[in-house]
Amino acid sequence: MSETMEQGPSPIARHKALEGIWGTGPGLERLAAVNHNILGKRFMVAALVFFAIGGILSMLIRAQLATPNSAFIGPEIYNQIFTMHGTVMMFLFAIPMFEGLAMYLLPKMIGARDLAFPRLTAYGFWCYIFGGTILVVSMLFGVAPDSGWFMYTPLSSQPYTPGINADVWLLGVTFVEISAMAAAVEIIATILKMRAPGMSLDRMPIYGWYILVTAGMMLIGFPPLILGSILLEMERAFDLPFFDPTRGGDPLLWQHLFWLFGHPEVYIIFLPAAGALSTIIPVFARHPLIGYRAIVVAIIAMAFLSFGLWVHHMFTVGIPHLALAFFSAASALVAIPTAVQIFAWIATIAHGRPRFSVPMLYVMGFFFVFVIGGLTGVMLAMVPFNWQAHDTHFVVAHLHYVLVGGFVFPMLAAGYYWLPHITGRLPLARLSVPAFWLIFIGFNATFFLMHITGLMGMPRRIATYPSNFGWDWLNLLSSVGGFILTMGFALVLLDIIMMFKFGKGFRRDPWQAGTLEWATPTPPPSYNFAAIPRVTERADGLSPRLLGPQLARGEGYLAHTRNGWQETLGVDMTTGEPDQIIILPRRTYLPLVSGLVTAAVVLCMLFKLYWFALGALGLLVVTFLFWAAAVGNKSDIGPLPAGQGISLPLDGEVKGSPTFWGVVLLLAADATLFASLLFGALFLVVVAPGWPPPALLEGGFVPGMVVVLAAAAGAGLARLGRRANAANASPIAMQLGAGLVQAIALGAIFWLIAALPDPTAHAYSATSLALLVYLLVHNGIAFIVAVHAAWRYHAGFVSARRATDPRLAVLWGDYAGFAALVGILMLLGLPFLATLGGGL
Amino acid sequence: MPLAGCTGLLSTLDPAGPAAASIATLWWVMFYGATVLFALVAVLLAMSYWRSGLIRRLTPLQWILGLGVGMPVVVLTALVTTAFVQGEGLLPHRDGVRPVTISVLARQWRWEFAYPESPGVGPTIGVLHMPAGVPVDLTLESADVIHGFWIPRLGGKLDAIPGHVNVVRLLADQPGRYHGVCAEFCGDGHTQMRFEVIAHAPEDYQAALEASR
Repeated sequence: MSETMEQGPSPIARHKALEGIWGTGPGLERLAAVNHNILGKRFMVAALVFFAIGGILSMLIRAQLATPNSAFIGPEIYNQIFTMHGTVMMFLFAIPMFEGLAMYLLPKMIGARDLAFPRLTAYGFWCYIFGGTILVVSMLFGVAPDSGWFMYTPLSSQPYTPGINADVWLLGVTFVEISAMAAAVEIIATILKMRAPGMSLDRMPIYGWYILVTAGMMLIGFPPLILGSILLEMERAFDLPFFDPTRGGDPLLWQHLFWLFGHPEVYIIFLPAAGALSTIIPVFARHPLIGYRAIVVAIIAMAFLSFGLWVHHMFTVGIPHLALAFFSAASALVAIPTAVQIFAWIATIAHGRPRFSVPMLYVMGFFFVFVIGGLTGVMLAMVPFNWQAHDTHFVVAHLHYVLVGGFVFPMLAAGYYWLPHITGRLPLARLSVPAFWLIFIGFNATFFLMHITGLMGMPRRIATYPSNFGWDWLNLLSSVGGFILTMGFALVLLDIIMMFKFGKGFRRDPWQAGTLEWATPTPPPSYNFAAIPRVTERADGLSPRLLGPQLARGEGYLAHTRNGWQETLGVDMTTGEPDQIIILPRRTYLPLVSGLVTAAVVLCMLFKLYWFALGALGLLVVTFLFWAAAVGNKSDIGPLPAGQGISLPLDGEVKGSPTFWGVVLLLAADATLFASLLFGALFLVVVAPGWPPPALLEGGFVPGMVVVLAAAAGAGLARLGRRANAANASPIAMQLGAGLVQAIALGAIFWLIAALPDPTAHAYSATSLALLVYLLVHNGIAFIVAVHAAWRYHAGFVSARRATDPRLAVLWGDYAGFAALVGILMLLGLPFLATLGGGL
Repeated sequence: MPLAGCTGLLSTLDPAGPAAASIATLWWVMFYGATVLFALVAVLLAMSYWRSGLIRRLTPLQWILGLGVGMPVVVLTALVTTAFVQGEGLLPHRDGVRPVTISVLARQWRWEFAYPESPGVGPTIGVLHMPAGVPVDLTLESADVIHGFWIPRLGGKLDAIPGHVNVVRLLADQPGRYHGVCAEFCGDGHTQMRFEVIAHAPEDYQAALEASR
């Protein structure tokens, strides 16, 4: 690091030049922010606001249940309150909170200047805010969702929830989920492609591993819920009977889709918090993390297992006992990777020279609460006990021990640990300790007793109870505990405000941590690092106090400004050797515009203005085309100096750019959604009552073959286009040809839709319609991408070197071809399976 | 037992039938086991701070493979096996038993009990008549949304799901009155969707049914 290539400007001048490029302007220009520093903080602040809202709702619940025969709130309002409490805490607090922390920290920890897709960060933020606002505002109008946060059908279906309450949930949560999918894609792309040079995967700080695995789980965990929400919304809006048992649907399909998401969700929330613990504990133990590799294995194992135990939420729906035994064992098994982490952390403390401080206090609170939650989790995984405890307050107690213990306590530790990085000030500690004890005592008083209340037979979600069941004093004490807990949180808030006002400044790295984020100035500048360091050891044993000033002096990569570009380094996924200079898009209002248009789509759906929704959707596609139009170069540039004596090509001139990998990841999520749809179709055939259907698709073979062949031709032509482009020839003819055959495929899909029997009559034709709509969307996208690639070539953005657009056309062409083949096979196979249905 | 005071009309820890009794036993075993495990973690954690000399002799391998993998594998294998065998015993198998069959129809927001073996009786609404000391198979169906059929003192719960038929077997040891609730949230009337169970001495059962018509 000592050889300085850039002699140039002073640290101050370099800072000003970089800030001029990366910074966000004042006033209304803040709406154009795409920087991860700003958006990470916005995510966290918004999550805290929603946490406060969810907290107030929980206080209402505890006020209602404090005494028997309460007349405080009637069931109509009470049902909205507990539904919104769960929904807000899960979707609007927990997930966005860790996303925000990861967005803020991750680039700094791995030595990048921003996330891979800054505009996507901003778009995700707007989707989160607008979707969350729709949900919360619905409460003000008394039309908030009221079917429970897992929205079981048929209660959430049109006949039993005729108002817009359920639509608010389905559309609002799906809207918010866009931000989760966006975060998953860009976090994975960032971790894999944008680490500091030399940071091979096995040198990555452990937090990076946790977040990588979490984002991977989000990528395949959310699509089942998104699909379920779309299907249920289609049922409610257009009477397509996916979940209606009188017309070949099945309410259990919803439960499978929901928990296929819902269980991994618990680990999606826990793992980032555990990542914070694995980062914080070694710092205060003053000993490197014990079992780094074992922990990496454990979290990967946890990710896999978590997708195999969703049925333990469904032990009382009447699934055969032998099948339950499998899920019971898998649920118990997940205790092992958890135990590995717990004991690795205790071992780290035991082998170190531990010191106490506020973050450690919350770590201790985590151990106490989370271990109890884990143990009750194993109890609930035992089928017979589950038959008694399911749907009682025992489960309410368990899930709060797991989620508050496994997320809120670690996040409070993380807050006290990383807030100095955000504020540049140290915590005061005077309020912190009493606040901790209020939270700890209040939490346990509230929820420990609920185990007993549940065993005493109190079901979940009852609005009140008579006095003769022996629940009175337990509920009263729980309510008192709840208010103590709330006081604790209020004190933490006060503590944080005091810290902003009166906290002492510090030079660098106040905790003597060994991770890269402490090598930035604090508070960090928009570009994080004036120069990007080379990492030569595991990146949790570095010396930020030495490294920081070196980087500020420009000793590292990309310590310059050039053409007003936002430059950061791209590396090989495994070895971490630099292979490209990534130019990130600068601040822009486009994400806000797309977010607003998306909100228009959602609101039109909500108010049943379906043709307007379709129009707004078209407009949304147009705004995304503007995103694409804003990037790219019109001439080949070739390798440019990147500092430290190396030259690298730009990301637009290499094969494996973050954009390319981002689309690959998006397609992986898309394929999971498709797989969920195929699973749903087969599930209905095998399990649902009311099969075989009254009418089947006839004459589908010819148009079906047209779809498959046209989509295959589209994929082939896109590939020929890419090949022509690589040979310096024009790909336009091939790409327009690909567009043409995709259009033919679209026509044949419409033909098939017209040939389907009435889709409102039976789940068979509704499912067939869903398959066809899926193909319609994907052949449509392949059409747009192919024609767009031709236009990009025509406009001069594409050359043999600058070939990202033709590559994306191939990706989408291939995927649309694959989807058409599988989808049409399923469509034409369903009538055969359907006649067997019921007999299976 | 520390929670022996947990009697109550809906208490799972105050069992009145073999299914509830066997699950309550499972609970107590797990409760004491969990207490021991929790104490172990707490002691190790306390020692790691204040008496780390004693546990520093443990190598990382012993921590991770011994405590992190080995211990849970042993405990969980035993527990999962036991629970599976126990669960099998609670199922409504038909071999060697002649249960009484009662049909349960759940709807928003009441329970209707029909007695196919006693034609002309019922359905009784909100009151379930059953013989004591005899296994009873309840077939659960729903007319609208999902409901959860649960008599905590007799045994575990099972859902009534539209389009499906589920069977739960219960047995009341003694004649008496028990209480049941809807466990699965089913809308505005969920709170009130309770029912009463009257277990009659077998010789009085038919007479009671006749009287209820």
